[in-house]
Amino acid sequence: MTDPTGAKTPGQGGACSGTPWKDPGQHPFIELQSLSKRFGDFAAVDDVSLKIYRGELFTILGGSGCGKSTLLRMLAGFEQPSAGRILIDGVDITDTPPYERPVNMMFQSYAVFPHMTVEQNIAYGLKKEKLPKSQIAERVAEMLQLVQLPQLAKRKPGQLSGGQSQRVALARALIKRPKVLLLDEPLAALDKKLREETQFELMNLQDQLGITFVVVTHDQEEAMTLATRIAVMDAGKFVQIGTPSEVYEFPASRFIANFFGQINVFDATVVASDDHFLTARLDDSNTEIRTRDHQRLAPGTRCSIGVRPEKLLISTEAPAQDGYTVTRGVVEDLAYYGNRSLYRVRSQNGRMIQVSAQNYQRSSELLLEWDDEVFLSWHSECSVVLSQ
Amino acid sequence: MSTVVNPGKRDRLWRGVVIATPYLWLLLFFLIPFAIVLKISFADPLVAQPPFSPFFDWTATTGDRILATLDNYRFLLEDKLYLVSYLKSIKIALISTALCLLLGFPMAYAIALTPYPWRNLLLLLVILPFWTSFLLRVYAWMVMLGKQGLINHLLISSGLIDEPLQMLYTDGAVYLGIVYTYVPFMILPLYATLEKLDLDLNEAAADLGARPHQIFRDITLPLALPGIIAGCLLVFIPALGEYVIPALLGGLDSLMIGRTLYDEFFVNRDWPLASAVAVVLLLILILPIMLFQRLQQESDA
Repeated sequence: MTDPTGAKTPGQGGACSGTPWKDPGQHPFIELQSLSKRFGDFAAVDDVSLKIYRGELFTILGGSGCGKSTLLRMLAGFEQPSAGRILIDGVDITDTPPYERPVNMMFQSYAVFPHMTVEQNIAYGLKKEKLPKSQIAERVAEMLQLVQLPQLAKRKPGQLSGGQSQRVALARALIKRPKVLLLDEPLAALDKKLREETQFELMNLQDQLGITFVVVTHDQEEAMTLATRIAVMDAGKFVQIGTPSEVYEFPASRFIANFFGQINVFDATVVASDDHFLTARLDDSNTEIRTRDHQRLAPGTRCSIGVRPEKLLISTEAPAQDGYTVTRGVVEDLAYYGNRSLYRVRSQNGRMIQVSAQNYQRSSELLLEWDDEVFLSWHSECSVVLSQ
Repeated sequence: MSTVVNPGKRDRLWRGVVIATPYLWLLLFFLIPFAIVLKISFADPLVAQPPFSPFFDWTATTGDRILATLDNYRFLLEDKLYLVSYLKSIKIALISTALCLLLGFPMAYAIALTPYPWRNLLLLLVILPFWTSFLLRVYAWMVMLGKQGLINHLLISSGLIDEPLQMLYTDGAVYLGIVYTYVPFMILPLYATLEKLDLDLNEAAADLGARPHQIFRDITLPLALPGIIAGCLLVFIPALGEYVIPALLGGLDSLMIGRTLYDEFFVNRDWPLASAVAVVLLLILILPIMLFQRLQQESDA
C-alpha cells in the first residue's frame, strides 16, 4: 500500500513499460531544459526542467494560474519560451512553428471547426499533409471507428453532444499520428459519468497507439487515475514529480498533501534524525514517532507529521502493537457511507482528526457512537514528514 | 406555467401585436409605396396633375377598364441611355463593394483582435463620421479634391507635379466618395462576426499543420462569410442607387441610375418612365438579397 517505487499494476498507465525514469540509460522522449516564460515581470513558467519518456501518460497538475497551460502551449508552439529549450525525440523544436511540430493538441474547448462535418474535421490535418484522397478517406474511417463515431461522420459539430465533440477533437488530434499528444483539461467539460468512461477510454487508446500523452489538469483525481507520473506545479515551478502513489503517499509538502485528498497534520518536535529516519515527539500525545525521512532535520526543529485519514485505525480499546503510534480523542462527528465510515475525532489538545474506516464487520448498529472515547493509532511507516 | 401551456387572451393579443408590427411596417412603408410606383410605371405621362394617366378608367362602358401600358419598359430597352446607366451603376457599386471589403476586412479584424478599452475607441472612430452631416462630408471632399484643393496644393508645393490634377468630377472621385461613405457599413457587420470567432480554432488549425494563410482561407474566411455577405449587401444596395455622391463628385459621364431617376422625375417630369426605372432597379436589388437568403438557409441546414 505504501510502495515508494509506485510500481503500477499491469494495464494501468498505457504503453509505457516499467519505470524508465528510474533508468539512467534511458533517453528521454520529451526534454524541457530550464524552460521559462515571462510576461513582463511575471514568470508564468520559471526555469523548469523535465524529462518525459516514450509512451508515458504524463500529467501536469496545478491550480489555475500555476503556469501549466503556458507550459503546454509552449510544447504546442503557441507560446515562444523566454529562455530554455524543448527537445522531442532528440530534436530541438524550440523555434519550430506549431504547424511543423510532431505534436498535436486536444483543446479544452475542443476547438472543433463549426463549419466542417465530423469527417472533414478529422481529415483536416491529413489534407494539410497533402496525402492522396483515398488514403485520407481510409485513415479517417479507421479513426472514426477508433473513437466510435462512424454513424456521425456527416454531422456538423452543432449537432453533437459534449462527449461526441470531445471524441471528434481527440480523433482530429490523433489522425496525424503525432509523436506527442497534448491534452488540455481533457475531461473538464464532461459530466461525472462520462468522465469516468472517457478516462478509461483515453488510457486504453494510449495503450493501443503507444503515443506519449502530456495531460494538463487541475483535477487531482483525473491526474491520479490517468497518469504514469504527475508533476505538481505551483507558481511556475514543479514542486514534486512522481508516480501517483508517490505524490499521494509521500507528498513533499503540506500544499501537495492537501492537493491530493485529505491529510491529518500533527505538530511535533524533532528529537533525533539520521540519513533515513527521523524521531519526533508529538505535541498531542507526548509519544515519540519514528518515521522515514531524508531531510536530516536538527533536533529541536519543529516539524509536521502527516497521516492520511485511511491510515488511521480507530478503536475503543488501547491497541498494543509494536511500531504504532497511539493518541486519544472523542468522536465528534461521524458519517456512514455504507462501505466505509468517516469519523471526526477531537484529540486531547483540541485538534480535529479525520479517520476513514472500512466497515469490515456487518452490523445494523453503529460500532462507534458520538462522544465515544476512542484510541487512534497508525503505523509509523504510514506517516510522512511535511515541509511547509 | 399555465400561461405557457394555455396562453391567455392578453398573451395571444400581445403575441399578435409583436408579430404584426414588422409586417404592418413593411406593408405601410414598402409594399403600398411600391404598388403605387408599380402602378404609375404602367401609365402614360400627361401634362396634368398628377402627371400620369389613371390606371382604371371608371367611365369606360365597354372594353378594358384597365389602362396599363408596357411602353415605359419598352422604352427602357430601346434607349441605350438606361442600359448604360444601369450597367455603370452596377459596375461602380460592385467595384466600390469590393474596395470596401478589401479595406474593411483588415480593419474589422484588427479591431476584433484589439484588447478591450482600445477596441471601443476604435469602434467609436469608425462611426464618428456619422456625427456630421453626410452632405457636409461630401462637400469637404469637393474642397479637398478640387483644382485649387488641398491635395493639389500639397502635391504642387511638394514639387511632385506642376499642373493641378483633375480629380474632382471623375469616376475616381465617385469611388472615393462611395467607399469613404459606406466602409463603416462593411466594417460593423464584419466586426460583429469576427469578434465572435474562437481564436482556439486558429490555433487548432495551426496545430494540425495549417500555415497562417491556410488558416485564413480554411477557417477565418468561411466563418466570416455571414458578415462578409451582410457587409457587401449593406454597401452594394445603397451604392447602386446612390444619387448624391455621383451628382456632386462625378463627372457628366458618371451617369448612375440614381441620377437618371432623378432627371426623369424632376427634370423631364416623366413619372411613369421614372417609376419603370425604379421598378427595374428594385428587381436588380432583390436578386442579390434572394441569393443571400438562399446561402443562409444552406448554412443553417
